[in-house]
Amino acid sequence: MSEEIGVVDDRQAVADHKTGSHGPGGGRRAPKIKQGKFNAKAISRRNLRNGLIFISPNFIGFICLTLLPTLTLFYIAFTKWSAFGNPVLNGVKNWVRLSHDKIFMTSVWNTIYYSIVHIPLTLVLAFALAVLLNSKLRGRAFFRTVAFFPYITSIVAAAQVWGMLFDPKSGPINSFLRLFISNPPGWLGSTAWAMPAVIVVGTWREVGYYMILLLAGLQTIPSELYEAAELDGTNGWQRFWHVTVPMMRPTLFFVMVTLTIGSFKILDLTLVMTDGGPGTSTLVLAQYIYRVAFERGDFGYASTVSLVLLAICMVVTLVQFWYNNLKED
Amino acid sequence: MSTNTVSATVPSPTGEEIPWNKKQVPPAKIVGTIIGYLAMIAVSAFVLLPFFWMFLSSLKPNNEVYAIPIKWFPSVWHWENYVAIWTKSDMTTWLLNTIFFAVIVTLLQVFTGSFAAYGFSKIPFRGRTTLFLIYIATMAVPWQAYMIPQFKLVSAVGLSDTRWSIILLQAFGAFGVFMMKQFYDTIPEDLSEAGRLDGLSEFGIYWRIMLPLSGPSLAALAIITFTNTWNDYMGPLIYLRSQKLYTIQLGLKLFISQYNADFAMIMTGSVLSVLPILIVFLIGQKQFIAGIATSGMKG
Repeated sequence: MSEEIGVVDDRQAVADHKTGSHGPGGGRRAPKIKQGKFNAKAISRRNLRNGLIFISPNFIGFICLTLLPTLTLFYIAFTKWSAFGNPVLNGVKNWVRLSHDKIFMTSVWNTIYYSIVHIPLTLVLAFALAVLLNSKLRGRAFFRTVAFFPYITSIVAAAQVWGMLFDPKSGPINSFLRLFISNPPGWLGSTAWAMPAVIVVGTWREVGYYMILLLAGLQTIPSELYEAAELDGTNGWQRFWHVTVPMMRPTLFFVMVTLTIGSFKILDLTLVMTDGGPGTSTLVLAQYIYRVAFERGDFGYASTVSLVLLAICMVVTLVQFWYNNLKED
Repeated sequence: MSTNTVSATVPSPTGEEIPWNKKQVPPAKIVGTIIGYLAMIAVSAFVLLPFFWMFLSSLKPNNEVYAIPIKWFPSVWHWENYVAIWTKSDMTTWLLNTIFFAVIVTLLQVFTGSFAAYGFSKIPFRGRTTLFLIYIATMAVPWQAYMIPQFKLVSAVGLSDTRWSIILLQAFGAFGVFMMKQFYDTIPEDLSEAGRLDGLSEFGIYWRIMLPLSGPSLAALAIITFTNTWNDYMGPLIYLRSQKLYTIQLGLKLFISQYNADFAMIMTGSVLSVLPILIVFLIGQKQFIAGIATSGMKG
């Protein structure tokens, strides 16, 4: 799965469409058709055919493997569907069950816990590093490469190494901490400390990725703005808040959306590192879906939980869109 | 050379008089630079130490992996772990499977992605905006939310636990379409227009004009797709049951559970699973980073 997806501005698409249909001076005129007569209808038909031919290889795959499953979800979420047999509608039963499901509540809470710590932590670190890389320090090319290593490391290897580093008795992290405190945390073996450990690994893995996105945004800010602000007698901190942050709004917005969805859908990290444990202390929403569906074969109810995940992601995205528009006006 | 030495020697005695040297570096800035370097070193350590530890542990005798106090370097270097692992596990099969998936998926993604992006960017057909909005809308939908219906659908047509499942799952991602469309949008309309006037078909324009221009973008897309396919764990976990189809990620997980006390061997396997992709990344890092950066540009 391509997990990290670029946001393309929808206004961009709309703008394209406009120039497409009323292009400057009819710039899109196709070569003359057989009769040698300019025929808008024929061109439009021809464009439609060509356009569909071009997008179809990807679009058919996209419909079958993404769109159709997503739409089907709205039906399956209201059915009883065991490992064998077909889905049978059972109305709101799944939803009633959901409202009494303590483990579901725990998984929602754990997901929120992960997100609330992981999002600001990653954002602040990534932003600080991007600002650092945008200055003229030596060795930043090396640093940029290094910061990206964790992102391209597979989850299984990363979880394994960190699991061993976090070993409560003899792992390097606790041997280091023992230099300062006598009783270091039990990390993955403790219900209180497993989630912080997962968050550390999640942040370690993603910071480089968001740093690159933010760095790209920083580099589009014209240096004249900083010079003008400097002439106005502002200090570095003021320039950061009054030049950098406002200019970075589109990038920050994209990063926030990606980061939020990324945090809510987290699955493979906890699955490999803790399997949701100890107890249910790191059981996140997506892993609960996985557990109900693929370990218990209860596909109907798992779809109900999936729909909740989908709704959360949609709401979060819409709220951020709304907030971004509010700020821009 | 000579001008260089001159300009270097002249300002040294009275730096104050040279105009470009007049502005004193404020102490705050020096402190800032030092903090900057310290931060860079700290973060590099945080990022790199797990890798060092993984690599060094893979060469240690088992009882030294968790030695207290930490022993960074092994007393005996067990390079033979890197030979033994090939007979202790199906590493060869896993790697070959993963390479197969990664190559096929990358080819399909690059082809279908750039093809569709051309349609969305350069052909003004009716309904284009609507179709593209559907693509955008599904971006906020994580795979985890629709993995169940998708799995059921793929199973229903009898493709789960086949090579097809992984290929289909990965090859039609919307990511390639977005990335390539962003690139095509920057190519002036005049170019394709000129092609049309010369009587090129749309496919001709795509093939003869657009593709040759999009080398770096295609490389970026290819390398990102390759990495994602290589590292994907959930897809193979759900779809692949037969061990002969296992990818390196599934294989490594299996290997870890089989040799759970053989720490050095586990680290050897981990190194081998990371190494190929690290090399691919280092070769194509320029494109990789540029690709990641552009994907967030217009947000």
